[in-house]
Amino acid sequence: MAGVSKAFPGVRALDKVNLRLLGGEVHALMGENGAGKSTLIKVLTGALRRDEGEIRLDGQPVEINSPGQARALGIGTVYQEVNLVPTMSVTKNLTLGRQPAKFGMISWRSARDIAKTRLKRLNIDIDIERPLGSYSVAIQQLIAIARALEEDTRVLVLDEPTASLDAKETALLFQIVRDLKSRGIAIVFITHFIDQVYQIADRISVLRNGRLVGSAPIGDMPPLKLISLMIGRELGQTGLRLVGEAPPSDAPVLLEAKGLGRRLMMEPFDLKLRGGEVVGLSGLLGSGRTEVAKLVFGAMKPDAGKLQVGGAPMTGHSPSRSIRAGVGFCPEDRKAEGSFGELSVRENIVMALQSKRGWLRLLSRSEQEKLADEMIKTLAISTPDAEKPVGQLSGGNQQKVLLARSLVSGPRVLILDEPTRGIDVGAHAEIVALIRRLCGQGLALLVASSELDELVAVSDRVAVLRDRNKIGEISGADITRDNVIHMIAGTQS
Amino acid sequence: MTQTPITTNPKQPSIAATLHVIAAHRVVWPLLALALIFFIDFLISPSFFSIRVVEGRLFGSVIDVFYRAVPTAMVALGMAVVIGTKGIDLSVGSTIAIGGAVITWRIHAGDPHILILFWALGVGLLCGLWNGFLVAALEIQPIIATLILMVSGRGIGLMINLLYGGTNPSFTSELLQGLSTGHIAFIPTRLLVFLLVFVVLWALLRRTALGMFLESVGGNAKAAYLTGINARLIIFSAYIICGLTAASAGVILAADTHTSDPVSIGRNIELDAILAVVIGGGSLAGGRIYLGMTILGALVIQALTTSILSSGLPPEYNLVVEAVVVLVVLLLQSANFRGLAVSILARRKR
Repeated sequence: MAGVSKAFPGVRALDKVNLRLLGGEVHALMGENGAGKSTLIKVLTGALRRDEGEIRLDGQPVEINSPGQARALGIGTVYQEVNLVPTMSVTKNLTLGRQPAKFGMISWRSARDIAKTRLKRLNIDIDIERPLGSYSVAIQQLIAIARALEEDTRVLVLDEPTASLDAKETALLFQIVRDLKSRGIAIVFITHFIDQVYQIADRISVLRNGRLVGSAPIGDMPPLKLISLMIGRELGQTGLRLVGEAPPSDAPVLLEAKGLGRRLMMEPFDLKLRGGEVVGLSGLLGSGRTEVAKLVFGAMKPDAGKLQVGGAPMTGHSPSRSIRAGVGFCPEDRKAEGSFGELSVRENIVMALQSKRGWLRLLSRSEQEKLADEMIKTLAISTPDAEKPVGQLSGGNQQKVLLARSLVSGPRVLILDEPTRGIDVGAHAEIVALIRRLCGQGLALLVASSELDELVAVSDRVAVLRDRNKIGEISGADITRDNVIHMIAGTQS
Repeated sequence: MTQTPITTNPKQPSIAATLHVIAAHRVVWPLLALALIFFIDFLISPSFFSIRVVEGRLFGSVIDVFYRAVPTAMVALGMAVVIGTKGIDLSVGSTIAIGGAVITWRIHAGDPHILILFWALGVGLLCGLWNGFLVAALEIQPIIATLILMVSGRGIGLMINLLYGGTNPSFTSELLQGLSTGHIAFIPTRLLVFLLVFVVLWALLRRTALGMFLESVGGNAKAAYLTGINARLIIFSAYIICGLTAASAGVILAADTHTSDPVSIGRNIELDAILAVVIGGGSLAGGRIYLGMTILGALVIQALTTSILSSGLPPEYNLVVEAVVVLVVLLLQSANFRGLAVSILARRKR
């Protein structure tokens, strides 16, 4: 079987990417958020049209303009979210959209036959009349694969198939993947779990910012190289450090987590934050950065462990309790979880403080305006006035408004999840500088970021995460890009 | 294709910009619509604006519009709050029906009439609690959750009527009829009652942080939660407010007809109320509550109804004409449509 190659420059999403898939090979596609993995997959499976370049199947150029065409050509896809209907039976799910018809009516007998044949290909033996939702996520995942797999399937794309599976279920899935591989099918495997890549993949391709930055057989791509390709840093470069003196070791512990965790989200971890220190959370996408931030803030309810804020134990973990206890939080996804787009800059800024005060003790209009104007000045938020709806500001300014909201509520501990995502370089530098300034005022900061440079620059301590585990901490002068990368890769330098 | 050169005329943009700002302001279009309707009324019957005093009360077509708009406007105020939280309450008509039935029942039972008002508000509170429970606690989609009471409420009203016999029992109450059809110093009392409801609601929303919280929950429930706002409680309060305003409208409507007629009282009032909110610039996507604008919306709807009836057009036309006018107002409010219209006009010129 020949390979598929294609190249095209998109707006920025994909820039002349070549990818060669060989039959009987598991090809891992790696990259951080926004690297272009999904775009590439969507082009391959006909969900998006490419602007340039070509796709060749068995050496023959082919046009793939719709998912239907892709399927007809033998390219099957299983998307990250299981795209099936849980309330329908397995049979219906397996034949949905291509029901066998007899005299214009659905023939359920042949539908059952088709369902059985499909499952047989994967050696799955289950009751096909039960609703899909009554099976475990792992079985549902397998059924999704069975649905994508035709007799003549040549290429199978698995997008994050193991994201919601535990270790045992993953092993079951891998067994089937190996079986498919032995039948000469080319498998594209997308995941964030580095360990799993080395368990199953034969070849790894790495995307970054829409470019293919590396592609090699598994033997030529040790974890260290893989991670530095994904993060985009060569080893040996040194980064800027903004950190001044280390905080005194007797600085008060403002927040302490002991064995805090949540099943399938984050393994239990310990974390201590002292006044006047910045703790960075580093790790690849999906390693649990956001989960740690949300567990500590109470936006995600932990099912294990204890949390103390200012020496007092937290109970009933919720954002409103955390805010009252003096913990502030800026979420990663500004639009979905952060700003009130319709409301004015002023209202956005005072909202957390107002919720802390309760609905009866309204901040007077003049107090609100004073706070808003102060913050607009301090954080250099560029807006004509405080009454502009926040949805009309640029991304960087919206981020500053969220930061202002947390600051106005008077936190002792501030948690920032991706504080510089999607904002321009100037605002980026301002926010990084601001983080250090806040820390100088005795706040404890927890900063989760995918930007290693940023973490190295601002952190007094870096907690390193891998595959939803906290694997260690680096502090003081040992915080270098190399050390963090080595720790993520699991190799000591 | 040749690129059209961008010409800058120093005078034109400033006028255009001013016009643009005016056109974009939310108060302009509904106000214009109301003025237009009144103007047409004036053309049809020049006596439209004449106001005279009959038996110590102001009379006239304009007064009549305000007078009749009161129940819809009252319901619409509560509706604006619910819509501001990204919800909707279809059950306001049923709340009115139950309220009317309970009022009549308690008057027949011989309760002091001042107490009747609290019975009515109690009904509103209960209906609001029920809707709030379905929407906030059980997280049923508002349109379905409130549909339940919408469908069952009028039946409950009939059942209350049957409690003491009679299918359409009537009542007399000087207090309630005074509130509904009476007057104080030339001014119809129901306008004053409406003013009271409005001021109380305005103070509740804008003199406490409740309005801000309601809007934050409607604009972005997840962000509101992360900001420490108890979104569930806030949504609860919205439906309770809506139940209370509907019950207040129920008192006025029931006293107007002095019967309990659960089948037809406040029929389709939920639709008029929703329209009033939307004409007033409220978006069903939630996030903003405009109380004053909602009153304007209710006035536009009532002015339209009154003028069709007084113009001699067959009343059957009423709903169609109403729909057309509402459509025009909404189109004018739509920034997309205005952009489209401007671009079409610009193409004409070239």
